[in-house]
Parts: sequence; C-alpha cells; structure tokens
Amino acid sequence: MQVAQQHARAARPVVAKRRRMSPLARREAAWAIVFISPWIIGFFVFTLLPMVTTFVFTFTNVTLTQEQPLRFVGLNNYVTLLNDPQAWESLGVTLKFAALALPVGVLTPFVVALLLNSAYLRGSSVFRILFFIPYVVPFVAGVLIWQSMLNPESGWINQFLSTIGVADPPDWLQDPRWIYPGLVFIGIWGIGGAIIVYLAGLRGIPTELYDAAKIDGAGWWGSLRNVTMPMLSPVFLYTLVLGIVDVLQYFLVPLVINQGTGEPGGTTNFLNLYIYQNFFTYQNMYYGATLAWLLFGITLVITLVVFGTARRWVYYAGER
Amino acid sequence: MSSFGQTAPQPGLATSQRGLFGRLLQRRRSSGAKRKPRDAARSFIVTFVAVVVVAAFLSPLVRSATLSIKTPQQISAVDGPVVPVSPAIFTYRDRDYPIMNVPINGTTRELALVKKGRTSSQFADPADPAAQTAPLIVWQGNWRALQGVTRFDPHWENYSNVWNELDYPRLLFNTIVIALIGMLGTVVSSTLVAYGFARFRFPGRNLLFIIVIATIFLPGAVTIIPTYTIFARIGWVGTWLPLLVPAFFANAYDVFLLRQYFMTIPREMDEAAAIDGAGPFRTLVSVLLPQALPVIIAVAIFHLVYSWNDFFAPLIYLSSNADLQTIPVGLARFSGARVAQDPGLIQAGTLMTLVIPVLLFLVFQRFFVRGIVITGVEK
Repeated sequence: MQVAQQHARAARPVVAKRRRMSPLARREAAWAIVFISPWIIGFFVFTLLPMVTTFVFTFTNVTLTQEQPLRFVGLNNYVTLLNDPQAWESLGVTLKFAALALPVGVLTPFVVALLLNSAYLRGSSVFRILFFIPYVVPFVAGVLIWQSMLNPESGWINQFLSTIGVADPPDWLQDPRWIYPGLVFIGIWGIGGAIIVYLAGLRGIPTELYDAAKIDGAGWWGSLRNVTMPMLSPVFLYTLVLGIVDVLQYFLVPLVINQGTGEPGGTTNFLNLYIYQNFFTYQNMYYGATLAWLLFGITLVITLVVFGTARRWVYYAGER
Repeated sequence: MSSFGQTAPQPGLATSQRGLFGRLLQRRRSSGAKRKPRDAARSFIVTFVAVVVVAAFLSPLVRSATLSIKTPQQISAVDGPVVPVSPAIFTYRDRDYPIMNVPINGTTRELALVKKGRTSSQFADPADPAAQTAPLIVWQGNWRALQGVTRFDPHWENYSNVWNELDYPRLLFNTIVIALIGMLGTVVSSTLVAYGFARFRFPGRNLLFIIVIATIFLPGAVTIIPTYTIFARIGWVGTWLPLLVPAFFANAYDVFLLRQYFMTIPREMDEAAAIDGAGPFRTLVSVLLPQALPVIIAVAIFHLVYSWNDFFAPLIYLSSNADLQTIPVGLARFSGARVAQDPGLIQAGTLMTLVIPVLLFLVFQRFFVRGIVITGVEK
C-alpha cells in the first residue's frame, strides 16, 4: 500500500503539491472518518457541545421549566457565587475530604500490590482475584454493606476495636470528627482496579535493575525507594490524576447514606452534591452550571499543577 | 480469503498471551526449586499477612451474608453469634419448652425445661423416644444458671421477601435489557472507532486521539447539566434512551483498549486480505475481530458490569418512572426507609444485587484483568 501511495504521489506531483494528499491517502482518510464518526458525533453531542453550553448557561437564567423569559444576565451568577457561603463551604468540605481520601486511594493499592507481587507469596493469583472482587460490587450494594459494617454497636469494625480494648469506639457515620475516615473505609473497596494497574507496572520492571541495586548494596527499602518507586512513577501519576478528578466530584456515597442531608453537621455537603441539588432538585440549571464550572476550573488547575510537577518526579524509561 | 488461511487466527487467549500483555502479566519469579529453607519461613509469614489482610478486606461481605439470613430478633440478640441461631425447642405434651444444657451425674445433657424451679426443676429428654410418657427428670439447682441450647437456624425468607417487596423481577429485567443493549452499542461503536484510529492515516489523527484520552479525565459535572436539560426538553427523561443512546457513540476507555490491541496485530494480515479484495469492513470482521476476541470480550464484560452497577445516570433519568428503574436505584430507594429496622432484608437485597457482576468477573477474570492492565499501564 505504501509503495502504491508513493507511486501515485510521484505520478501527479502538481496535484500533490496543491492538495498535499494523494487520492489514495484521501481515500484512506475518508475511511478513517467513516470509522471514527461514531466517536466524533458522540464527542460533539455528548461532550463538547454540553461543555460549551454549560459555560453559556452560566450567563443566563435558564431553568428546567423556564417560567421566566430566558435572558442573558451577564456576570450575575458569578457574583452570586462569590457571595454564596454555601458554595465555598462545600468546596472546603470537598478539599478537606480529598486531603484524606487521595493519599489513601493512591498509596493503599500500591502497598497491596507490593504484597501481591512479593516473591514469597504463595497463590498470588488467588489473592489477586479476592482483592479485586469488591471492585465489581455495585456501588449501592457496597455502601449498604459498609454502612452496616460501620454500625457503632453491631458493626464488626467497632466490635473489633472493643475487643482490642478501645473504650469508646467512634460512631463513624454520625460523628463529624469520624465521618471522613468512615467514608474512606467505604472507598477502600474501590482500590481493586488500581491494584491491578500497580501490579502490572511492578511486573514490568526489569529484574536486572533489582540485581544491580542488590550489587550496589541496596536492601529491601533501598530498592523500593530507588528502583520500584521511580519505575512506577508513571502509574502513580495516572492513579493520582484519576483520583483527583474522582475525589473532587465525590458525593454519591453520602447521598445513598443520608439522601443528601449533609449530616452529620454539614460535613457531607460536598460541592458536587450542591451542584446535583441545584440542577436536579431545584432545577436551577444556571446556578448548577456556574458551580460546575467552578468544580471544573479547580480540577483543571490542580491537575495542571500535578502535571507541571510531574517532570520532576515521573520517570519515563524510554525518554532521555 | 484462502491465501491467508494458514495464519487464520485462533480465537482465544493463546495468541495474545505470548504478546505484549503476556509479558506484563508474567511472573518474574524464580522456580520453586530454587527456594531455600530460610525462604519457607518468609514465605509463610508473607502469605499469612496476605490472608489476614484479604480476610479483613472481604469481611464486610461475610457479615452481609450472615445478616441476610437472620431475622431482626436474631440480629438484635445481645452477644449473639455470627451465624443465625435460635433457641432449641422441644414439644412436650403439645407445649413448647426450651432445651437447656443440664449437668447431671458429671455429664452435660440436652434436656427440655418443663417445670422451672428455684431449687429443683423438671426436664423431659428429647432424645428419649418415649419422652412424652416417661417420668420427668428432676434436677437440683436454679434453672437460671442453665444455658439454653441454640440451633443453627437460617432464615432464607429475607431473599424471597426482597424479591417480592422490591418488585425484583421487573428491576432485574430492566437492568439486564439496559446492560445488554448498551453492551451491543459500546462494542460495535468502540470497535469501529478503534479500527479507524489503529489502521488509517489521516491529518490530525494524533490530536484527535489525545482528545479521546483527555475525555477520560473530564469531570462529568461539566457536561451533565445541559445534557439533562436537553433530554428533559425532548421528553427522554423517564425513558431508557438517555442510558442507551450514548452507548452507541463509543467510549474513550474502550476505544483506547481496542486500539492498543489492534496495533499489536501485524498489518501484513490486513494487506493480505486487501490483496484478496477485502474492503476495510471485511478486513475488520474477518481479520481483526477474530484475533481481538479476548479484548472484545473484555470490553463487553466491562460494559455489562459498569451498566449493572451504574447508579447516577439511572437515578437522575429514571427517578420519575419506578417501572423502568434498575436494581441499584431500586435498592437505594428501598433501603433508605428500612435500613435501620430490618438489616437482614437490606443485606439480602445487596447480595442479590452483587451476585451477577461478581460472577461475571470470576468467570471472565482473565479478560477483565488484561483490559485494566492495558488502559492503566500504557498511558
């Protein structure tokens, strides 16, 4: 095919110069468009257009039923946002939870993957399957199972804590001081996917690197620090960025637990819950959209900062 | 077609396991013969730690399973055992009496307490075939000091109750139909798009592919409001259409997964098909698809599990129409009111909800794991 293409190009240099594509290349491009058209259409209809429309919504008074005539309101929604303590509190709630949930979500699967990758572990494929099972448990079922597990009296977590002598085990999901650790417990069930990704990354590290480190006198910690971690840094970056995007949109777990009341003490008034309430419950599309752009902007800034620092800590083996 | 008959791909795992993914999943472990005696102790410790961790990790499932076969009374019993039990009962002369552990003559016997007394009580022996007519056994001591005998007593009716009260057959039907139609749409559209990216050159291909990847990281909150508004305006809210139609326009994860896999299949095979006069569609169907079967299965299973477990989209689009709802939405609605009063019923519902995706994973776990490896590691 390539020979044919070059031949066509050589035979009709004038056309090639003007259009830069040979008929064959054009045919190929046309087929490509045919095949990728589902994605192109889907991208325009379900991603690009809604994104732009969300932005346009922020300058209007659009609601679902539109009882008032639709009009542009300039920056009014942004002024409302600036003066809306609920919005900023919900952002604070989200960031506070993220500060706890993100490190746990990135590091726990790494530690489990290290365990599963240990040469001393017997039956690692069985363990891999077992650790993955909760990942495919439906979200609602997982929340209900953990809600019962975290029950202050009958839940096994607190029964275990009582057994080892903790006098006053926390009421995880009702106590404002313990709600985030409680939610992190629930979130731990979602680490299966990341475990598999880390595990594949670990198995892709050439054995020679460990041999070399051993010769240089590195112990277990030394090779972990100087071989495993740098070699896995692209996987860390991937898990971290996906984790940031996910955790900033967090609200469904508390929604199932408390139907969106924000209990205990407003600690579960996450930013995305506020967005959901605005567009779904109150049908205030304009303000929901404004909040959504706030969420998007913050996600973008944090992600870009992470990518910016990535140069310093992410190591790509193929790169120089 | 016949010209490449000798290289006709075997649908299955063999081809791919030797390839890129085989390398990623391979153990870099020395064979067992090299194990030193000192390593056996380490091996025991590491495996023991893994057993403890995985037991803790999965213990909520065990707890849920035990709760699901208990009545509210069994659950609220103080210091009750993990498994469902009930006091053992013996019917003596048409009345029920509790069975106790009674120490008599140095041995402990299980006897039914017929006459309670502070200093002496009378018992019938359930093990005696003639117990109804035999004289009662007298025991000296306070009956309150005796321990009741319990029997394993599971209550499976929680499952049938959920089945009926939640209108489970309808939810099950809805969930299955939505998952299957969506799966069909996802597999077909994502395969076509991935084929376009993997095999055809066109200006802007790399940029477009970067955009595909970027959409994986796009927060859903930034598109949901107009999408919901439009669906509401055109009357799709309260129908399955918002859940089904987008599935026919490819999905970034699956496109990436399939494209990476297509790229590992040698182009020579396409070209041989082209020389035989096969068009691009024909080449896709007869050359690439049979080779890519493991990944296509992975995409199909991913979508089934994703769709089965999805909560948010069915919640916002089907809230107004209970007849069309899926299991997770139905379960959340059902549990909201009853989670406190009847935990056994709720846990039976959760187990019924998770059994299908978990089974799908266990059956197809090799495909599943490979799919995650490709999307996760290669970026």
